[in-house]
This record gives sequence, C-alpha cells and structure tokens, in this order.
Amino acid sequence: MAITSLGRGPRMEAAPHHPKRRFSLWHLVLAPVALLFVIPFAQMLLASLSPAEELVKFPPPFVPSRLTFDGFVALFTQTDAVRWLLNSTIVSVISIASHVVLCSLAGYGFARLQFKGRNVGFFAIVATIMIPTQLLMIPTYIMFSKLGLVNTLAAAFVPWLASAFGIFLMRQFFLSIPAEVEEAAALDGANRLQIFLRVVLPLAKPAMTTLAIFTLLSSWNDLIWPLIAINDDNWFTVQLGIANFQGTRRTQWELLMAGNVVATAPLVLFFLFAQKQFVQTMTMSGLKG
Amino acid sequence: MATLTETPKALRTREPGGPRGSAREMPAGARKRRGLNNLTGWAFVAPAMVIILGLSIFPAVWAFILSLQKWNGFAPPKLVGGANYGKLLSDEEFWAAVSHTGLYVLLFVPASVLAGLFLAVALNRNIALIGLYRTAIFVPFVASAAATGILSTYLFSPQYGLANNVLRSLGLPAQGWLEDPSQAMLVIAIMSLWGQAAFTTVIYLAALQDVPNDLLEAARIDGANRWQTFWRIVWPELSPVTVFVTIWQVIGALQLFDLVYTTTRGGPLDATKTIVYYLWEKAFKALDFGGGSAAAYVLFAVTLLITIGMVLYARSRKLEAF
Repeated sequence: MAITSLGRGPRMEAAPHHPKRRFSLWHLVLAPVALLFVIPFAQMLLASLSPAEELVKFPPPFVPSRLTFDGFVALFTQTDAVRWLLNSTIVSVISIASHVVLCSLAGYGFARLQFKGRNVGFFAIVATIMIPTQLLMIPTYIMFSKLGLVNTLAAAFVPWLASAFGIFLMRQFFLSIPAEVEEAAALDGANRLQIFLRVVLPLAKPAMTTLAIFTLLSSWNDLIWPLIAINDDNWFTVQLGIANFQGTRRTQWELLMAGNVVATAPLVLFFLFAQKQFVQTMTMSGLKG
Repeated sequence: MATLTETPKALRTREPGGPRGSAREMPAGARKRRGLNNLTGWAFVAPAMVIILGLSIFPAVWAFILSLQKWNGFAPPKLVGGANYGKLLSDEEFWAAVSHTGLYVLLFVPASVLAGLFLAVALNRNIALIGLYRTAIFVPFVASAAATGILSTYLFSPQYGLANNVLRSLGLPAQGWLEDPSQAMLVIAIMSLWGQAAFTTVIYLAALQDVPNDLLEAARIDGANRWQTFWRIVWPELSPVTVFVTIWQVIGALQLFDLVYTTTRGGPLDATKTIVYYLWEKAFKALDFGGGSAAAYVLFAVTLLITIGMVLYARSRKLEAF
C-alpha cells in the first residue's frame, strides 16, 4: 500500500545556492538534532578504537587517552568474524541476484503478458504482503529442518530469494513503460524473452537499483531467520555473530563495538555513496517499519 | 489500491480473439498461439511465485493447523482443537506481554510520527548544510537491529555508558536504564526512534513536496502567517500520509522482537517481554509449537483488527488514505 500512495522519494538535490542568504534560525534546531543522531555512531566508532581498560574505568572518560586497533585485532583473532562477514556477503549477493532476476521476470509477466490465471496469481502474491513474519517462523523452521536447510547458509538466503514487494515494484515500473517500445521490437521479429532482455530490462535500471538496495538492507540486517535456523557458528551471519557476543563477551566493549562497526560499515558506506537511491528505497518500501 | 486491479491496455489489442473467447471457436493456429502465450506467461512468473507462495501462504495455513495441535517437534502431534488458544488467553504471562507491547506502541508510534513530521518540515528547505543534516538523520536507518541493540547496551550501560556519564557530569542522579524495569522499554523506544525516524521523515518529505504551491500562495495572499498556513493548509493535505504512516508504524511496533532480543532478552523482570518475544520463547525455547502458533495467530488477528479499525476511523473522518 505504501507503494501506490507514494510514487517517488523526496527530491534530494538542492536548488542553486544564493550567495547572500540570511542565516536561517532552523540551524539552531537542525544542528543539535543532527548531532544527536550522529552521537551513537560516533560513540560506537570511538569505543571500538579505545584501549580496553579505559572502557571499564569508572567513571569512564568522554574521550580515550589514545586510539588503538586492539578491539579489531581481538575481533578478528578471537572470534570467527571474518567467516561471518564472508557468510553475510554470500547471503546478500545470492539474495540480491535472485531477487532482481526473479522479480523482474515476474513483474514483467504480470505487467505485460496475457495468460490464463494472471489476475488470480497476482492477487495471491499481493495478499501475502498482509501475512506477518511471526506467523511463518514456526512452520518455516519445521520446513527448513525437513529440507535439511537448518544450519546451512541457505536458511539465511532462501527467505530473500524473491518477495511480493519486489514483484509489485517491478510490475508498477513495467506498466509505466510505453508499449510502443516493445511493439517496434516485436515487428522486427524478436520473441518475448529477447524483447524483455534487450529492450525492457535496460530501461528498468532505476527500479532494479531500488530492489537491489531493498534486498541488501533486508538480507544483510536480517536477524530472525538466521536466529531460528542457524546455531552452528560456522554458518552464522555477521548479525547473528555479534548478537551472540552478548552472552559471551559482556563487557569487552572494544570488541563488541568493533563487531558493530564491521557489521554496519558496509551499509553505511553504500548509503553515503548512493544516498538518493537509498532514500528512494526507504520511501517505496516501508522497510524496517 | 486502484493500480492493483487495472489491466495494462498495452498489448491487449494484439490478442487473437477476445480474452474470454472459448477455445473451440478459435482456429487451430490461434489456439496454439494462446497455449504458447499461457506457457510464456507462466514461465515468467512461476519461479518467483513458487518461492513466495511456498514461503508464505503454505506456512500460514500450516501454522493454523499447528495452532490446533499439541506438538513438540518429536512426539507425534495430537489434535487439541481450540485448547492452545484457551490456554493462551488464560496465561498471565501472555497478557503481560500484551501490555508490554502496548506500552511500546504508545511510546514509539506517536513519537515516530511526530518526529517524522517535525524533521521533514525542518529538512524541507534550501539552507546551507542541509545535505549534511539530512545525511546525519538518515544514516542510522541502515544500522541493523543487532548493532543498534548492542550499541544501546553500551550507551545506556549504568556504569560505563555515555547516558549516565552525561547525567553525572551535570550533577544529576545516574539511572538504571535497560536494567530498570520501569525504564527499559523507554530506552528501547528511544533507540528504535533513532534507527527509524528516517522512515517517517522521508515519507513526510515526499508528501510535503506534493502540497500544491498555489494553495500556499493563496494562503499567503489571504494574509495567513506561516504557523496558520501549516496547520490550516499543509497539515490537512498531509492527513492521508499521517494515517498511512501511523498504521504502518503500529503494525511494525506490534511485532517488536529484534531490539528486545539484542538488548534485554525480555528482562529485567520480564518488563520488555513483547508478544513476539513471548511466542518465540514458547516455540523455540519451550518447543511448544502449538502454543506458539496460536500466539502468532492471535497477534495476526489483533493487527488486522487494529488496521481495519484505523482505516474505518480515517474513512469516517473523510481522510482518504487507501
């Protein structure tokens, strides 16, 4: 429902700069608020670079006396963090590839092809948006264990291979492409798959980017599926790995925060490079809501 | 939802015969072509459909069957009818979980909607550094629940955390935060807000940019000040979006689990044990698959009722959101 009411993200580009602009009083509001949002990240980074003994000193200093990589060294030598990062990367890459391919195909099918059962099929897909994850946890766990997926990486990526949101998004996009584009190719004797691959798909890059970001955020940050289906730490994703530290490394703050930095940094960097596309994705998806 | 039912007019004209024409009246070539069309269509949609339906509708039905059974995953399941639901509704722990979830909804939803509105209004202007402000407010959105949870336990650690450090240096008494049953849910709501304010903000930002300029112009000509313009013109224009984000945030808040798992694990003294945490414990700690499924269905029903209730309320106030 988010998608129909909100076609696009807010415009992010600033209008041309006026040299003699008055100082806006909004700075007095925005600067402290922005600072408040940055402080948790800053603390995380600072703690990850602090000497261990200063993090458990009472009262703790606001700024460490020196910076050290001890936290990261501990993280990479005492735990399987490298392995978990690799696992998460594999999970996200498979999820994104599958999600973009399958949802583009299905979105195009529902938007442009005539076939028996199309409307019923599409309705069934849309109806699944209403079903909450919690309802699916238990039977999915049983299903995974019957299929031998428990304690494998597949348990983490199978839930993200395709989604109703993805199909919906791609269908909306394909409906917006003028049919003339395809008709010209059809007259030249191209078949459906050729039209789709050579003519339609190159136009769909913005929608596919949105979908890829959605899948990246969902699969990389997912906790509940790996949590229920993976308890062998060889197959932990990085999120499950750091979540598990809490039981075992309670006040090793430098290690905990290094783990946090490592688990968060890839997405933060992606965000900084492609903020416009991320904001677009957030507007379209109601993710994390 | 109008867009869901509209049929694309694009390629319909090239269909041989009407879409509902019977196969018997068609020449053999057209029949064959149509068979091919069906095959092509399904080839495009089937792979995704199998995965989605297999991972949603099929387990949803299975969960309902499970909710009528007594089963621990090992012994043969026993059909018990509505007994799981009866037990659930007479379980004090369940009602405690309902009230903890309700508290979180009340703390989080109004705050996230108002914060989104306020931040969107603040960010919807062309001043210096605006890009920096936007980035700072949006970037926590990509932090995972696991990272946010661990970060919360650090920031709000009674001994070593920044929160108490600031209080102490201001000469104020230190707090228990996540270790105090009366404050733990508040801390979780604050950290959820940190991670999710970006969502309501971008939605309101998009909506603000859709408010017609001539409306604002007309108000200005009529002598309305900015405050009046906002509440009389802009706010009513935003009301469909407000209804939408409120419903969306309520649905999300009712399903709180990840942040509880990564901060308090339901504690202290069960003060943050939410409905989903309760059902997760029931299913995966106590291996009561029937009871857990019943709890999941009750949550689903409550979510549906609240959503329908809010949509009807919005309709009665003539706020067209859907």
